[in-house]
Amino acid sequence: MSQPFRTEKGGRIDRSNQLTFSFDGEEMQGHTGDTLASALLANGVHLVGRSFKYHRPRGILTAGSEEPNALVGIYRKGDQTPNLRATQVELYQDLEAISQNRFPSLGFDVGAINDFVAPFIPAGFYYKTFMWPKSFWDKVYEPVIRAAAGLGKPPKNPDLDHYGNLYAHCDVLVAGSGPAGLAAALAAAETGAKVILCDEQAEFGGSLLTEENASIDGKKPADWVDETTARLGAMENVTLLSRTTAFGYFAQNYIALAERVTEHLTDPDPKLPRERLWQVRAKEVVIAAGAIERPLVFPENDRPGILLADAGRTYLNRYGVKIGHQIVVATACDTAWQAAFDLVDHGVEVTTIADMREAPPENLIAIAEARGIRVEAGCVVTGTMGRKRIKTALLGRLMPSGQVASAGQVECDALLMSGGWTPTVSLYSQSRGKVIWDGDNGAYVPGKSVQNERSAGASKSLYGLQATLEDGYAAGEEAANAAIGKAKKTIYAVATGGEAGTGGTLGALPHDRNASRVKAFVDYQNDVTAKDVKLAVREGMQSIEHIKRYTTTGMATDQGRLSNMNALSIASGALDRPMTEVGLTTFRLPFTPTTFGLFAGVARGAFFDPVRKTLSHDWVVENGGVYEDVGQWKRTWYFPRPGEDMHAAVARECATVRESVGLFDASTLGKIEVVGPDAAEFLERMYTNPWKKLATGRCRYGLLLNDAGFIVDDGVIGRLADDRFHVTATTGGAPNVFATMEDYLQTEWPDLDVWITSTTEQYSVAAVQGPKAREVIAPFIEGIDLSADAFPHMSVKEGTFCGVPCRLFRISFTGELGFEINVPRCQGKMMWETLAREIEKHNGTAYGTETMHVLRAEKGYIIVGQDTDGTVTPQDVGMSWAIGKKKHDFVGKRGLDRPDLVAEGRKQFVGLLTKDPKVRLEEGAQLTQAQNPAIGTPAEGHVTSSYYSPAIDRSIALAIVKDGRALEGKTLYVPMPEGSIPVEVTGPVFFDKEGARLNV
Amino acid sequence: MLLIYCPYCKVERAETEFSCRGEAHVARPDDPEKVTDEDWVGYLYMRSNTKGPYAERWRHIHGCGRFFNAVRDTVSDKFLKIYKTGEAKPDLEAIAKEAGK
Repeated sequence: MSQPFRTEKGGRIDRSNQLTFSFDGEEMQGHTGDTLASALLANGVHLVGRSFKYHRPRGILTAGSEEPNALVGIYRKGDQTPNLRATQVELYQDLEAISQNRFPSLGFDVGAINDFVAPFIPAGFYYKTFMWPKSFWDKVYEPVIRAAAGLGKPPKNPDLDHYGNLYAHCDVLVAGSGPAGLAAALAAAETGAKVILCDEQAEFGGSLLTEENASIDGKKPADWVDETTARLGAMENVTLLSRTTAFGYFAQNYIALAERVTEHLTDPDPKLPRERLWQVRAKEVVIAAGAIERPLVFPENDRPGILLADAGRTYLNRYGVKIGHQIVVATACDTAWQAAFDLVDHGVEVTTIADMREAPPENLIAIAEARGIRVEAGCVVTGTMGRKRIKTALLGRLMPSGQVASAGQVECDALLMSGGWTPTVSLYSQSRGKVIWDGDNGAYVPGKSVQNERSAGASKSLYGLQATLEDGYAAGEEAANAAIGKAKKTIYAVATGGEAGTGGTLGALPHDRNASRVKAFVDYQNDVTAKDVKLAVREGMQSIEHIKRYTTTGMATDQGRLSNMNALSIASGALDRPMTEVGLTTFRLPFTPTTFGLFAGVARGAFFDPVRKTLSHDWVVENGGVYEDVGQWKRTWYFPRPGEDMHAAVARECATVRESVGLFDASTLGKIEVVGPDAAEFLERMYTNPWKKLATGRCRYGLLLNDAGFIVDDGVIGRLADDRFHVTATTGGAPNVFATMEDYLQTEWPDLDVWITSTTEQYSVAAVQGPKAREVIAPFIEGIDLSADAFPHMSVKEGTFCGVPCRLFRISFTGELGFEINVPRCQGKMMWETLAREIEKHNGTAYGTETMHVLRAEKGYIIVGQDTDGTVTPQDVGMSWAIGKKKHDFVGKRGLDRPDLVAEGRKQFVGLLTKDPKVRLEEGAQLTQAQNPAIGTPAEGHVTSSYYSPAIDRSIALAIVKDGRALEGKTLYVPMPEGSIPVEVTGPVFFDKEGARLNV
Repeated sequence: MLLIYCPYCKVERAETEFSCRGEAHVARPDDPEKVTDEDWVGYLYMRSNTKGPYAERWRHIHGCGRFFNAVRDTVSDKFLKIYKTGEAKPDLEAIAKEAGK
């Protein structure tokens, strides 16, 4: 028998199916139905990890998701997932697990030295100590502390798994499938309501799977669970989700569930996701999250072999595992006694029950004595011995004086403890409900419901099998009635046994040891002791929120479900204030640690963000174009020819456009169709410029401000008819421009008869720019006289391109003769390839956004968002000409009159020429008056655009400078790490200042 | 994620279909030229930022595209009243009282 601690029979494991797994390289056996924790215990392994700070040996403490110690790494797909709770990891063939936070091995860990220097590293130690010298933080303290502390190591490779996402609606969601949850689901389902029942464990049943000394409708509890689950499973209106944690409760009964789909399988179907996120909108919720047992806070309460009593009972009854051969039970309540009785009934020796109560119930004492268990009443554990596994428990008798007298010691290889029960109120708290203090049970319980939910059973501190079942049925009936208005009285199952016990304690237990030398752990995972909590209070922490952050108690992966009540009680004692006044920290989501993969879902790689492509894309790829991302758009940056780098390619493209012709894909530009009798009036109010007198067939540059008076967008607007305008907007600004237009139209000027439509994606646009532009497009355009007289600069007409309807603009963002051809989007590829062939005849070139930027900078045309930053007015950029002086109102007009906007000394848009024409400035560089300004000198402005200009064969830059226009001809400096760069302030136009090249 | 009722589509839809556009009933002055600098700054920037019932503009941007107003409790995140653009501002205090019941 390879599993020395396996019982002869019993439990829900499949004994016929033996599985092999490994822990830290050592092969062991378990069975289907085991968790990693139960299989390790079956093999006698308690030591599974080292603690966070002191590197103390730690064992399995619980049997649930609140496990603080048994965190392991699991290898899957060539990488390991760290920090999984062994109590939740289901065993499968060839499972490979490793322990964490130990070096070089679990048995011998050099970090354990921390345990001996512990007096020097109390709470807040890191905050107090590693402050000086400052330079040591990055290089010494942090790397060393990070290496020594912490838990598992993060995986090294990208996540190879995939994750699913589902939206679901239901009438009643039941979270938790113990007696209350199953009864609630059944009662709700019988009314015909659509029910989802979820439970974080592999099997439904919760505590019923542990309960052997009770019966429901004359059946064993586990059989009743099987029967009830089958009954629910057969109902079409019920969805059963096991291995599914309700981890977040959001507004309007929106609940997030994490379903673990394949992690428990040796060889899962690759099509299945590792996990699935369920986003559930439930009309009503029943929280049946149960309660968890509280540890007792006595010195050395963290040795391997010390478990919560109910966990010991669960391992025995559910998994067929004995946690030891010689057991001591330490308790403050009745329920732990049952664990002792069950163990004895399975042939395990329980030497002693130490109950801190003066007079535990007589009937329990009688049963214990009948089983040969020594009972010590009014007795606490005051310490334990045994380095890697408990060997001895020290007992102490509580004296009437409050002192503790030694009561000898007992040998043992395991100790079960129980301080009573804490209801799991996490989901209720997440629903924004406020917990209230239940003095009778010594617990915080759900108060008033804020959302459509109710707690049932142990999660509201209601115990006893019959009472819990009844409460569950009632909760299910009530929820279904509230959701669908149907009530149906379910036939309640009748239970015997499983009575509610009494007793319980909070806080640290008294002992007769030297308080400054012993550690009694409150928060196991974060190594927080009772001493630390008291120290935090002594050092001035008053609020429980401060104590939590100073000591890190309750900040572990269980979010303080195990530790909070004990910490609170200790703090309350130290502060000499009642617990209810000390307050309780907030339970936040997620309920248990949740993978990033679950949240990311399918939004990875190509699915992270949509990619918007224009119809020149294929041609660009074939011709070696280099893309840049502009928002979601792929825009061609430049088109290198063989042997060219970016600089050479851009220089050639620029020169070619100015000498002959260039072709540019302008499809990404925003386009908005403004139509209606009041279209001109609407644009008159939106844009700074006058529009009413713009003739049909003509365009105008439009400047859009916000009502504060600052530039937010620009673009050319063409008038196609009295009541129809084609508005263009910047690539990045288009959605915002459209939304702003809708806003004013709907909410400020609903009287205007105007319709606006985003047409950005309806057109493909090719810009043909350069002296040969007319010759290039002429062979393909019909219906438009392209001569300079008939179709001058800033014109728009409808015609055809290769027989396809087009809107032809004569506009220019390069300073050259230019046309922009708009064809229906689907014709974009045809248009681009036609023009690409044609420009070759004229030695032309395709060009990208970088050349576009250089050519416009040579002409001093601004790019909104690059040369402006949301604090820039039309006057600042020298565009007063764009403002309709006679207009009564437009968006931003009143804002422009504000004192700050008309004040002297505003920053203005200028050009800069470096004294050394070869030096190119950094965009964003600051400008100063002094060559070597003192530190702290405010800048006069900054460089907004900077390029090499092929047209004038030197560097050029644009800048925003205080009183810039008055500084023309003066020298400013750009202080850089390599030295100060002198620059001359100029006008912003560097090339063809008269604009002669436009009008040909 | 909130569920929001669109008064035009007459359906409740997920928050992702909507965009919030700040406080409602901040009207753009009819004759901006006659407004003092201080009042204009008030129109531009000053908002009541209430703790409790707050009238906001919402747009069903991925639905009908229309603007409407909603009173939302900024503490509980609950929508207390939803009404169409152009309808008068409701009495927030009365709504607060009603919701407090």
